[in-house]
Amino acid sequence: MLTIKNLHALAGEKQVLKGLDLEVGAGEVHAIMGPNGSGKSTLAQVLAGREGYSVTDGSVTYKGKDLLALPPEERAREGVFLAFQYPVEIPGVNNVYLLKAGLNAIRKHRGESEMDAFEFLTLVREKMNLMQMDESFLNRGVNEGFSGGEKKRNEILQMAVLEPALALLDETDSGLDIDALRVVANGVNSLRRQDRAIVMVTHYQRLLDYIEPDKVHVLSDGKIIKSGDKSLALELEKRGYDWVKQEAAA
Amino acid sequence: MASNPQTDPTLEALVAQKYRHGFVTDIESDTVPPGLDEDVITFISRKKGEPQFMLDWRLRSYRHWLTMKEPHWAHLRIQPIDYQSISYYSAPKPKADAPKSLEEVDPKLLETYDKLGIPLHERARLAGVAVDAVFDSVSVATTFKERLHKAGVIFCSFSEAVQKYPELVEKYLGSVVPYTDNYFATLNSAVFTDGSFVFVPKGVRCPMELSTYFRINAAKTGQFERTLIVAEEGSHVSYLEGCTAPMRDENQLHAAVVELIALEGAQIKYSTVQNWYPGDENGVGGIYNFVTKRGECRGANSKISWTQVETGSAITWKYPSCILTGDNSVGEFYSVAVANNYQQADTGTKMIHIGKNTRSTIVSKGISAGHGQNAYRGLVKVLPSAINARNFTQCDSLLMGDKCGAHTFPYMEVRTPTASVEHEATTSKIGDDQLFYCLSRGISEEDAVNMIVNGFCKAVFKELPMEFAVEAQNLLAVSLEGSVG
Repeated sequence: MLTIKNLHALAGEKQVLKGLDLEVGAGEVHAIMGPNGSGKSTLAQVLAGREGYSVTDGSVTYKGKDLLALPPEERAREGVFLAFQYPVEIPGVNNVYLLKAGLNAIRKHRGESEMDAFEFLTLVREKMNLMQMDESFLNRGVNEGFSGGEKKRNEILQMAVLEPALALLDETDSGLDIDALRVVANGVNSLRRQDRAIVMVTHYQRLLDYIEPDKVHVLSDGKIIKSGDKSLALELEKRGYDWVKQEAAA
Repeated sequence: MASNPQTDPTLEALVAQKYRHGFVTDIESDTVPPGLDEDVITFISRKKGEPQFMLDWRLRSYRHWLTMKEPHWAHLRIQPIDYQSISYYSAPKPKADAPKSLEEVDPKLLETYDKLGIPLHERARLAGVAVDAVFDSVSVATTFKERLHKAGVIFCSFSEAVQKYPELVEKYLGSVVPYTDNYFATLNSAVFTDGSFVFVPKGVRCPMELSTYFRINAAKTGQFERTLIVAEEGSHVSYLEGCTAPMRDENQLHAAVVELIALEGAQIKYSTVQNWYPGDENGVGGIYNFVTKRGECRGANSKISWTQVETGSAITWKYPSCILTGDNSVGEFYSVAVANNYQQADTGTKMIHIGKNTRSTIVSKGISAGHGQNAYRGLVKVLPSAINARNFTQCDSLLMGDKCGAHTFPYMEVRTPTASVEHEATTSKIGDDQLFYCLSRGISEEDAVNMIVNGFCKAVFKELPMEFAVEAQNLLAVSLEGSVG
């Protein structure tokens, strides 16, 4: 589904990604771990098409298409979803209104009919149940006055409604208490499907206790220096990152 | 700008004579040549068959205007206005000039109407098509007239009011905006040609929203409109003003005056959506919209509420104000002002607290894009008599791009210790973060900008009557088209 080859990218002026390779198949869940500043979030932003990040070399192929050639809204319509580390507030814009506009733009792109308000609300209510969100979410502004946990929940709610083929979760576990983490993880797990790939960027092993990955990668200094299965994450938790770096340097 | 006062009397007479000569030939075509003097004013008044008091008032205004200087205190760049090059009376354009059907109208204009969702038969009227044959709103208008008449509400053109209700006009005209008020209001008092008149008698709740749109004879009220709304004791009225489509108006100066009078327990809601021609992308052309709007809560427990959405005009210069004379009276001002390309807006309000327990609310949202300059200027004045007066002001600015500007000039004069005055102000840039968030959900950039801007304006839009709110949102989208990216 996603093939990243020799990806080099700048965040602003700074070279952050320095030859990253990654292959993600449909139905797989990958965890990308690594120390601060290793390029985890940059990878997520580059894949989503954020301005201010420029690719200097390499390629990203998504469902056989050159992903980097598409503007961000096209990527979203093709099924790429980014759950933000810091979801932004948009005062006065209704949370559900934004979600409906997004869903209908995606449906239109797929050649499906737009959802009317009634169908849409039914769908959202169902997904809100899943995320244990109360009705008041319907009428609030986008992330306006949301707590950290509510913002993260809202991201996964959006994912549940938009049903992407490729979901990128950028530090979705950060700032969550254990109960909120469980809810978010349950939400993500319920969205695992044969035709959907999930790439989680995270700092901590903790998230992986709840969302079990098929593959774990260690990102360091802009490259993936080690890949393995979930046992690698446990080892990282125990031993830190240094031994992997040394191993890679050797 | 001001004409040379040292003119030789004989020369003056000669010039005047020349004008007089102009009248003779032009009376048939109902147009006076450019220029302004007492003869022109007398001509306008006669042409409209006005009673003597009106002519006297106009002449007093004119004489006073001659002693005044054009003001330059606003945060505006204004090209000099040559008041002698304006024609102060002109009947509707001859049909030969006007397009005969929608096919002849500029397709770009029609495209805009389409975006605004204006019904077909209304587009014809807005585009200035010679509508007699095409447009069948006469019956609609008549129905309105009948319903209003039954309720006892007077709603007619100002000219008609001068003819039919001279005693009401004489009683209230200039009682809130005196003819000496300011340069443009004084000029308007001398030369206004038409406008609207509304009178809602005691205890009557006006059965419908009144709008300039439905008024007959209002095809073109010209650049010096005058509106007077009187709400008697305990009455309610909501008035919608404006045109939600770009009018093709070649005139530069638009100097209107609006006066509102609310007697005891009366409520007036005045909503404006202004979209005059803003000039082109380079700032060439466009309307100078210099308007004086003021309401007086004359009776106790009365309320006046102004809501404005100002998206058009090259320069918008207006401060819809409330004089809160009656005890417990309430003044409100909700404003969205847009300055895109080279547009300039200097707008705000004045809340003058005189009566006890008077309350005022000001919510101003300024949007600047392109090279636009947007200034909020507001005065909250609390007199010693206004015991326990309260004011809340919130003024927010949104910047799009890095070549535009937002300015805030709040003035406060509080002369009683019992008053409470609050002011909140914010300035924000339309965030790349917000934009990217929307894009990453599949929403197009244009829709995303609209969504964010509309969110910013929400507090004001919710004050507009429903159908206007939708149009205002669409209008905002059209005004800001292509201003990000």
